[in-house]
Amino acid sequence: MRALDRKLFRDLWHMRGMVIAISLVMIGGISTFVMSRVTYETLKVTQQRYYVDQRFAHVFANLVRAPESVAEQLAELPGVNQLETRVVAPVNLEVEGFDDPITGRIVSLPEFGEPRLNVPYLRRGRLPAPGHDHEVAISEDFAAAHGFAPGDRIAAVIRGHRKRLDIVGIALSPEYMYAIPPGALFPDYERFGILWMNRKALATAYDMDGAFNDVAFTLQRGASQGDLIDRIDTLLARYGGLGAHGREDQFSHRFITEELRGLETMATIFPVIFLGVAAFLLNVVMTRLVATEREQIGTLKAFGYSTLQVGVHYLKLVLAISAPGLVLGVVLGLWFARGMSAMYQVFYSFPYLEYQLDPAILLQAVLVTLIAVLAGTVVAVRRAAALPPAEAMRPEPPPVYRATILERLGLQQRLSEPTRMIVRHIARQPLKAALTTLGIAAAGGILMMTNFQRDAIGWMVDIQYGLSSREDLTVLFTDPTPRRALYSLRALDGVVHVEGFRSVPARLVHGHRSYRTAVTGLEPGGELQRVLDTALQPVAIPAEGILLTEYLAREILQVRPGGLLTLEVLEGRRQVLQVSVAGTTREYLGVNAYMSREALNRLMREGPAISGARLAVDPGRQVEIYRRLRDMPRVAGTIVRETAIRQFDEMMEQTILYFSFTTALLGGFIAFGVVYNSARIALSERSRELASLRVLGFTRAEVAYILLGEIGLLTLLAIPLGFGFGMLLSGYLALAFSSDLYRIPLIVAPSTYALTALVVLVSFAITGALTWRKLARLDLIEVLKTRE
Amino acid sequence: MLASMDAQAVFQARGLTKIYRMGEVEVVALREVDLDLYGGEFVVLLGPSGSGKSTLLNILGGLDTATSGHVVYGGQDLTAANDRDLTEFRRDHVGFVFQFYNLIPSLTARENVAAVTEIATRPMRPEAALELVGMGRRLDHFPAQLSGGEQQRVAIARAIAKNPAVLLCDEPTGALDSATGVVVLEALERANRELGTTTVVITHNMVIAEMADRVIRMADGQIAGSERNASRKSPAELHW
Repeated sequence: MRALDRKLFRDLWHMRGMVIAISLVMIGGISTFVMSRVTYETLKVTQQRYYVDQRFAHVFANLVRAPESVAEQLAELPGVNQLETRVVAPVNLEVEGFDDPITGRIVSLPEFGEPRLNVPYLRRGRLPAPGHDHEVAISEDFAAAHGFAPGDRIAAVIRGHRKRLDIVGIALSPEYMYAIPPGALFPDYERFGILWMNRKALATAYDMDGAFNDVAFTLQRGASQGDLIDRIDTLLARYGGLGAHGREDQFSHRFITEELRGLETMATIFPVIFLGVAAFLLNVVMTRLVATEREQIGTLKAFGYSTLQVGVHYLKLVLAISAPGLVLGVVLGLWFARGMSAMYQVFYSFPYLEYQLDPAILLQAVLVTLIAVLAGTVVAVRRAAALPPAEAMRPEPPPVYRATILERLGLQQRLSEPTRMIVRHIARQPLKAALTTLGIAAAGGILMMTNFQRDAIGWMVDIQYGLSSREDLTVLFTDPTPRRALYSLRALDGVVHVEGFRSVPARLVHGHRSYRTAVTGLEPGGELQRVLDTALQPVAIPAEGILLTEYLAREILQVRPGGLLTLEVLEGRRQVLQVSVAGTTREYLGVNAYMSREALNRLMREGPAISGARLAVDPGRQVEIYRRLRDMPRVAGTIVRETAIRQFDEMMEQTILYFSFTTALLGGFIAFGVVYNSARIALSERSRELASLRVLGFTRAEVAYILLGEIGLLTLLAIPLGFGFGMLLSGYLALAFSSDLYRIPLIVAPSTYALTALVVLVSFAITGALTWRKLARLDLIEVLKTRE
Repeated sequence: MLASMDAQAVFQARGLTKIYRMGEVEVVALREVDLDLYGGEFVVLLGPSGSGKSTLLNILGGLDTATSGHVVYGGQDLTAANDRDLTEFRRDHVGFVFQFYNLIPSLTARENVAAVTEIATRPMRPEAALELVGMGRRLDHFPAQLSGGEQQRVAIARAIAKNPAVLLCDEPTGALDSATGVVVLEALERANRELGTTTVVITHNMVIAEMADRVIRMADGQIAGSERNASRKSPAELHW
C-alpha cells in the first residue's frame, strides 16, 4: 500500500466517531431510498403480473338488473374486447362462536369453465364444481381471520334465506386486494368476506335468474375507454345502470395506486433531507480536516506532489468516509424492502411477490450519494489541492472575532466571559451556525412528518366516530323501504333510538365537471349521524338544497354555496334534477352529498322511503338485536360501530411502538450526526484555546460549558425550527395526498412535539457525555507545545 | 577550485524581487538579489528574522514565485515555469527540511520517507535514507513517539531519500537544543559529504556558519555579504 493511502486509513481511523455519525445519516437516506424504490418496483411489477394473469378488467359497471340477452348488445359495443356478466350480492354471514355481524359479498362464477375476467387466484382447494349449488370459495384474509380451511362450513343469509355453504377453496382476487366493508375505514377481515359461488346457485338465491347486475369488460387495444363508458351507460340506463367506471375508479386499484404514490414521495423526500444533511456534515468535516492538514499538504507539495495527486488523495478520503454508509444503506435498504414488501403483500392481499432488484435502483442510489457527497466536499477538496505550498507552510491567520450585535446593544454587562465567547463564536461563522441549526431542525422535521401521519389518522377516526357517526349499529336495506319500517326497528328489545336515512346513487354535474356518489337524505336534528361544518360543529340539515363535502364542492365540482347543481339520479326513474347548493361540510373520508330526507323523497317523487337506519342500542342487548336483524329479509347488512373503533385501536397499538421507535431512530441519526460532528469539530478547532483556559484554572465543567454551550444554544434554537419544518413537510404531504378518497388534516399531537424535542435533546445529551470524556483527556502541555 | 565551481553553478538568481501585498500595505521581502549556488557546496544563509532568507529559499525551491527577476536551474528558468513544471522540479530535484519537521503525523518514520520516494524518479530505499541519518532503529515509530531531534532527522532522511540536487533547510535546528542540534547538523553534513548534495541552511545562529563552505549574510531583503570559510568545522566542534 502506498504511504499516502496509509495516511488515508489512519486519518479515517482517527476521525472514526465522525465517520460513524456521517454514515448513520447516509444510511438513513440511502436505506429509505432503496427500500421505497425496491418496494415500489416490486409491488408495481407484481400488481401488473397479477392483473394480467387474473385478467383484471378495464371497465366495470353495476346495474339493478338486466336480462342476460343484454350481454350480446354490450359485446357489440365498439372497443369491447371481452366481457363477463355476473351476479354480485350482499350477504350476511354467520360463523359459529363469533357474535359480531359479518357482512360479505358473493360474486358469481360462470356455471361452466373458468371466468373470462377477474379470475380468482386459487390459493387452496378448488373452485365450486358445476352443479354444486352449496359450494363456495372464500377470500384468503377472511379464511385466515376465522381459521377456515376447505371442508369447513359457513352459513350465509342471502335475501333473508339462510343457506349452509361448504367451503371448497381459498382464493384471492385483484378486484378485492383492498376490501373495506361498507361504511368502514379500514379492512376488517373478521367481519367482511368475499365469497365465490356458482352463477346459477347465486342467481336463484338472489332472485337473478337469467339476469345479471354486474358486468366487467376489457378494452380492445387503442379503444377509447371514455367512449365505451358513455355507450355502456346509455345502454344500461334502462336496466338501472349505476354508471360504468374504469380501473382508475375501481376502489381496490385506487387505494393501491395512492399507496404506490406515497412510496414514490417517500423515495424522494427522505433521501433529499438525509443526503442534504450528510453533504453538510461532510463539508464541515472536510473543511476542518483540510485546515488541520494545511502543513501536511504544504509539505507534500514541497516534495513534489502535484495538485491533482493531493486532490485525488482527499477525494479518496471523502469516498472512503462515504463508502460504509453507502454499502450499509443499500444492504439495509434491500433488507427493509423485503420486510416492507411482505407487509404490503399482507395488507393489500397480493397472492405472491415478484421481488424486483433492478440494478438501475442501486446505480441511482450510488449516483445520488456521489452527487450529494461531492457537492458537500468539492470546495474543501479543491481548497486542499489548490493550496500554494509556500502559503501552506505558513500558519493560518488567527480567526477574526468581533463584538456581536448583542454586545453592541449594550447587553455585554449581562453576559459572562464564557457566554461572550459562545456568542462571538456563533457570530463569527453565522452560515455554519445556521446550517448546523437547520441540520438539527431537519431531524425534527423528519420526526414530525412521520408521526404526523399517525396523529392525523387518529384525529380522522376521532372525528368520524366521535362527532359524526355516533350510532351503535347501522342497518342497510336491500331496497328503498317505507319509513314506517323504523317502527319495527324501534320495537326491538334494547333499541334506544332509531334514525332512518335515504341514500340515492347519483351523478352530480356542474358545467363539464361531474362526480358519482350517493346523496344521503338525513332526518333534520338527527343525533346519530351528524354533518359537520369547517369548524367541526354540527350543521342543521336545510329544508331545501344540498350540502356538499367542501373538497367535492371546491376541488371536484367547483361550485359555491348558492350555485345550482344538476343531479342525475342513478336509480328508479333516473330523473335529472336541479338542486341548489346550500352549504359545505367537512369530512376527511370520502366525499358526500347530504339533503333532508324529506326533500330527497320529494325530489325522487316517492313516499317517505329510507335505505337504512342508524340505531342506538343497549350494549348488553346488541348481539341479540343483531341476530334479530339478520333474519329480516330486507336487511342487507348490519355494521357495528364499536368494532370498527376497536379494530382501529388495535391496529394503532400494534404499530405505534414499532413506528415511533423507527422514526425516532431515523431522526436521531440526523440529530446525533449533526450535534456530534459540531462538537467534535469545535473541540478540534478550539482544543488549544480550551487547554489554555484549563491551564488558567478553569474547571472541566466551565470549559465544557464554552464548548457545549454553543451547540446547546443551536440545538435549542433548532427545536422550534424543527417544529416549523415538520409542519411544512406535513402540510406538503397532506396537500399531495388530498383526493376524493380522503383528506389528511394537518394535525400534530402534543406527543409528537414531545418526541421530536426529546430525540433532539437526547442526541445532545449523548454528545455531551462523549465530549465530556474527550475533555478529560485534553493534554494541557502537549496542546500548548504544538505550534498554532 | 573556485573556477571549477563556477562552471557547475546549479542555481543562478538574477535581480530577484518579491513583494507581498498584505491588505493595503506592500511588504518588500526581496530586493534585486543576485546569487549563484554551486554543485556540492554547503551554504549557510545568515540573517535576522524578516531579512528575506525564507522567501529566497522558497523561491529557489519552487515553493513560491518571484515578483520579478529570474532563477535559472540547470538551464531552466524557474520564474517562467507554471505550477506543473514547478511540481516536477520539486519532485525530482529539491529536498526540503523545515524548522518544525512537518512530518505527517499519521505515518511512521519509514512511511514518511516512502511517501516521497514513491513519487521520485531515482530514490534510495527509505531504510537506507533513515540509516544515513542514524534512524535505522526507529523505522516504525510514529512522529509522536519521536523526540524533536529524531523527528528532524527523519525529515532529513525524507529530504535526501530522493537523491535531490539541492537540499534546502529552513532553520533545521531552530526548535532544538544545542546537543540535539549538533546531531541533526551531523546528519546534514554527512548527506552533503557522502551524496554530494548542494545544501543551503538558513539560520540566525552564527555558530552554524562555521561548518559551511560559504556564508551568505542577508539583511532587509538584500545580500549584505558573502564569504568563504577557509576550512569547515565539523558539527561536533560547534557549541551554542
